[in-house]
Amino acid sequence: MTSETPPRTRPGDDPELAHRTLESMWRIRRFEEAVDDLFARGLMHGTMHLSIGQEGSATGACLRLRQDDAITSTHRGHGHCIAKGASLERMMAELLGKETGYCRGRGGSMHIADTATGNLGANGIVAGGIPIAAGAALAYQMQGLDRVVVSFFGDGATNEGAFHEALNLAAIWSLPVIFVCENNKYGMSFSTEHSIAIAHVAERAAAYGMPGETVDGNDVEAVDQAVSAAVDRARRGDGPTLVEAETYRWKGHSKSDKNLYRTREEIAQWRTRDPIVAFEEAVRSRGTLDDATLQGIRDEAVATIRDAAQAANAAPDARADDILSSVFAEVAR
Amino acid sequence: MTLTQHPHGAPTESPQTGATMRELTYSEAVREAMAQAMADDDRVFVLGEDVGVYGGAFGVTGDLYQRFGGERVRDTPISELGIVGAAVGAAVAGMRPIVEIQFSDFTCQAMDQIVNQAAKIHFMLGGELSVPMVLRTPLGSGTGAAAQHSQSLEAWFAHVPGLKVVMPATPADAKGLLLSAIDDPNPVIVLEHKLLYRQSGPVPEAAERVPLGQSVVRREGADLTIVATGVMVSRALEAAETLSAKGIEASVVDPRTLSPFDADPVLESVAHTGRALLIQEAPSHVGFMAEVSARIAESAALYRLLAPIRRLCGLDVPIPYAPALEKAVVPQVDSIVREAHDLVQGS
Repeated sequence: MTSETPPRTRPGDDPELAHRTLESMWRIRRFEEAVDDLFARGLMHGTMHLSIGQEGSATGACLRLRQDDAITSTHRGHGHCIAKGASLERMMAELLGKETGYCRGRGGSMHIADTATGNLGANGIVAGGIPIAAGAALAYQMQGLDRVVVSFFGDGATNEGAFHEALNLAAIWSLPVIFVCENNKYGMSFSTEHSIAIAHVAERAAAYGMPGETVDGNDVEAVDQAVSAAVDRARRGDGPTLVEAETYRWKGHSKSDKNLYRTREEIAQWRTRDPIVAFEEAVRSRGTLDDATLQGIRDEAVATIRDAAQAANAAPDARADDILSSVFAEVAR
Repeated sequence: MTLTQHPHGAPTESPQTGATMRELTYSEAVREAMAQAMADDDRVFVLGEDVGVYGGAFGVTGDLYQRFGGERVRDTPISELGIVGAAVGAAVAGMRPIVEIQFSDFTCQAMDQIVNQAAKIHFMLGGELSVPMVLRTPLGSGTGAAAQHSQSLEAWFAHVPGLKVVMPATPADAKGLLLSAIDDPNPVIVLEHKLLYRQSGPVPEAAERVPLGQSVVRREGADLTIVATGVMVSRALEAAETLSAKGIEASVVDPRTLSPFDADPVLESVAHTGRALLIQEAPSHVGFMAEVSARIAESAALYRLLAPIRRLCGLDVPIPYAPALEKAVVPQVDSIVREAHDLVQGS
C-alpha cells in the first residue's frame, strides 16, 4: 500500500502540523483528566469511558481529515470528538447535563455528534457505528462527493457481526471508508489474547479483500501515515482499508473497573509509552518546536479545558419541558 | 415511464380529490410509490436482498431495477444488520433510503440498527442528526412458510419511541402511506401483509400522500365497532357484510398508523356503538390491540360500553405449518362474525 503513495511530511517535521498534533493530544488528555476529576468529586454523574493513553490514535487518524470528512465514534469517544474539532465547552456541557450541551442533556458522554465538524456520532453499542459509517460513505459515493468516513471502534467490536457485515459491504461497493480499530487489548476485561485467535485484528481485512495494516497506535506519526494513505486510497475511489492501531487505555474500562484483569506492572509498562511524551521528544530532537513552544501548548490546553469547564458549569441545566417533542424530527410541510 | 396505462381497467376519478384512479394491486401500488419518489427526488434509493434483477422476494420492486439502474435499486448481500446500518448511515448523510427486508422476521437480525440506532439518533444526539429512512417489510401468515417467516411483530416496533409504524391495508394506502413515509424525516417501518400484495383496489395515479397518524373509518354501523389492522381490515369488512345480512351493523376502523396512533376515531366510534371488538393477527398477549383496549378504557367511551371490550387475536403460539393449523391460529372471517355476533347478542 505504501508503494502507491508518495512520501508525506511527518507531522513531527512540520511546525504547523506538529503544533496541531500536540494541541489535539494535550486537549484530549486534559479534557479526560478534568472529567475524571469532576466525576471523582461527585460533580458529574452517569458513567464515562476515558481515553487517556489513546490520544495518538484519535489525533493521528483525524489530523489530515477535511472538515467535511466524517467520523463515527464509540463509547470511548471524547478523543475522537476533540481530534475532529468539536467544541470543548459544548462537550463539557453535555457531560454536565446542560441545555447547551451537544445533545441538550439527552445523550451524555456516549452520544456526542457534531455535524459542523463531520462527527456523525459516538455510539453506546459496540460496533454500532461501523455499518453507519459504511452507509454514510455510500451516501457520499452516490452524491458524487470525494468525502471519506473514518470509523473508529475497538478490538472488542471486531467480534461483533456488525463489523463483518459493514466491512463486506464497504469492500463490495468500494466505499470511501477507513476502518480504524483502536486495539487497546481489552474488551472491558477480556483480553485479545483470548478473544481472537489471530495475532492482529488487521489480518481480518484479507477476508474482505481490502488492505489491512497494523501500526503502533501510540506513535501518532505512524497512525497518521497509515490513515492518510488509506484516505488517499478511499478518495481515489479504490475502496476501504482496515487500520489497526495498537494502544492502551491507562484508566479502567469505566467507573466500575477495579482492574482485576491486568497487572500494575502492565499498566506501568504502557505508561512509559506515552504517545504525547514520545511525540514531544521527537519534535524537540528534530528541532521542529522548541521547549518554550511545547510549554505554551501545554499551558494553553490546561487553560482551554478550565475555561470550557467553567463556562459549561455556568450554563443552564437541560430542560424537560419539550422532551416529548424531541423524539421525532419535525415534518417539513 | 407511463403511469396512466394499466391493464386492470380504465381510469376513473376519485370522488374526494378528483384524482384519476386506476385499479392496481397492492404490490403495484407500493412499486408505483417508490418509482414516483425516485423520479421526484435523487436522494431516494432502494436497497435490499434480491430487489434488483430478481424483482424482490415478493416481486414488489419488480422492474424498478430496469427503470432506475443498479445504483438506485441496489442488491445487497444477505446481511440484514449491515443493510439497515448502511441505510441509517446513508440517511444521516443526506440520502432517503428505502430498505426492503425480505420477511419481517428477519428484522430480528437488524434490531440493533433499528432500535438502538435509527429510533434513537435524533433524540439522543439532541436533534443534531435525523434518520429519514423507510424500512419496508412483509409480515403475517397464510403462505405456509411456518414460524420464522410468518410473524406479526408490529407491537415490538410500535413500543419503541422514535419509530413510526404503518400497516397499510389497501392498495391506495400502500401507495399514499409509503409516499408520506419517504417524505418523513424520521425512521418509518412499513409493514405490508403478504396476503395483500395481490389484492386490487383503486389507487390515485398522482403521487398523493396519505398522512401518517390518521386512522380511517372504513365502514359505518351502529351496533359495534371493529378495530382491525393489516389483512384483518379486509376480513373485518367481509365479516361486516355477513353480519349486516343478520341485522347487525358494524363500524370498521383501520388505525393505519400504529405509531403515532390516532385514537380519536376509535374512541368516537366506540362511544357511539357501545361495543368494541379489536382484531389483530398477532398474538394477543401484549399486542397492539391491548393498547387500543387501554385507550378505550382510559377514555369517556368506557361509560358508554354496553359490554366488556373484546379482543380477537392470534393465539399465543408460533405460526404453524400445516394449512389447517395455520388457519386455526389467526382470526378468520367466520370467527370474526361469530365474535361480533356473540358480543352484540350477549349485551
